[in-house]
Amino acid sequence: MINLPIPPALAVTFEGHAEFNGVPLFAPIKLVLEAQQWTCLLGGSGTGKSTILRLIAGLDTGANFTGRIYSSDGGQVYERIAYMAQDDLLLPWATVKRNITLGALLRGRKHDNLRLEQLMERIGLTQHANKKPGQLSGGQRQRAALARTLMEDKPVVLLDEPFSALDAKTRMQMQDLAVELLVGRTVLIVTHDPGEASRLAHSIAILSPRGLDLRQPPISSIPRPIDDLGSLEFHASLIRDLMSGES
Amino acid sequence: MKTVFPIIMATAFAILVWQMVVSLTGLPRFILPSPLLVMETWWQNRGLILEHLLVTAASVLIGLMIGTLLGIVTAIQLAASQGMLILFRPILVFTQALPVFALAPILTLWLGFGLSSKVAMAVLIIYFPVASSFLDGLLRTPPGYLDLARTMQARSLGILFHIRIPAAFPSLSSGLRLAAVYAPIGAVIGEWVGSSRGLGYLMLLANGRAKTDLMFAAVLTLGLFAILLHIMIGKLAGRLERA
Repeated sequence: MINLPIPPALAVTFEGHAEFNGVPLFAPIKLVLEAQQWTCLLGGSGTGKSTILRLIAGLDTGANFTGRIYSSDGGQVYERIAYMAQDDLLLPWATVKRNITLGALLRGRKHDNLRLEQLMERIGLTQHANKKPGQLSGGQRQRAALARTLMEDKPVVLLDEPFSALDAKTRMQMQDLAVELLVGRTVLIVTHDPGEASRLAHSIAILSPRGLDLRQPPISSIPRPIDDLGSLEFHASLIRDLMSGES
Repeated sequence: MKTVFPIIMATAFAILVWQMVVSLTGLPRFILPSPLLVMETWWQNRGLILEHLLVTAASVLIGLMIGTLLGIVTAIQLAASQGMLILFRPILVFTQALPVFALAPILTLWLGFGLSSKVAMAVLIIYFPVASSFLDGLLRTPPGYLDLARTMQARSLGILFHIRIPAAFPSLSSGLRLAAVYAPIGAVIGEWVGSSRGLGYLMLLANGRAKTDLMFAAVLTLGLFAILLHIMIGKLAGRLERA
């Protein structure tokens, strides 16, 4: 097994509130992404969870944000994140290899070829390197997107519902692969799936208009086994909370 | 074969209807010549027709190349700079609203009766659809790609060349398809207004001398040329879309 070098640990704190056209999107909240841990931001549609992720990524949101986003070493956050969305965002006209090395290409730099080869080998894309994304299955495409995210080699990884479009089996496989490959990085995963949250998160924050509700999943290593009773019970309690929150 | 067969059938049907109209109405040949007569005239004058076709084809092809190139460069320039876009987009829209045909006499006045005024007509008529459809494509890059690029600290030139331009290729290719349809019209209008060569000139000449059969032969030749051009550009455009 190839071990990719891990960038220095970095924690990120998000503090503030946002409104959209004068309507509050979420109340003042404080979300801490602990260094080298998976933090899961859970919530229904329209609660603004993707907005928080996009704000951390330094992307346009259309929302009016008041607050600050800072890292544990005082440096800029948005320069040190890698981003992966639900849509794999692979460029259909470029080969898999070119897609994975897109970051270097866009910055006008040369990519690290050794790293690329190790990564493709590890993710199982080596024989697909010269194919176009249209020739890949949904799971393979998401693998290529994950490889592109890792190629960026950033300490913080932001995942915006990255696996929600996949079938159950592929989703499990992708979750396992992501946990394995993102080890040592600070991960924020936004999802509406309590099952995914109970399986992957070291800590969970449920977002609602009232603010953040922090929840502590079972203390065990991730990804938790699908038949782990502790995480199944926790999964059930999350659903209960989400339902009572709506009523 | 599947595509050729219906075309042959449709052509045969059209010729049949044409012949029937001629036979049933007994119209004189200087009003409506029969298909057979037109074909005969075409064969007898094939050298003349081909000579004029070459002139028209040259202005169309040169115009197509220059117009497409100018259109592409304009679109990229405008897409790359917000200031240029604000300044020049209204101008582009206004010039597109101008009937280019109305400019034909003045172009002939400025550029003379030779090839250059016809090329200029073709360029003008091609330039706008290419520039505006490519520009539309460049301004409608899927936002997800741009988000991704921003998180990668991409340079704006990098985004332009590696994301926005390739993402706009399908729009460019639909502009090219339009251009292929317009280009022969532009060249022929230019020839009508003033020239001594080209299929447009031949049509006017034949019409003026009541040689309707020769005029039909010239029109059909132009039609065939336009279809060929359309197919060729369509192939090229299809390749762009798949690139």
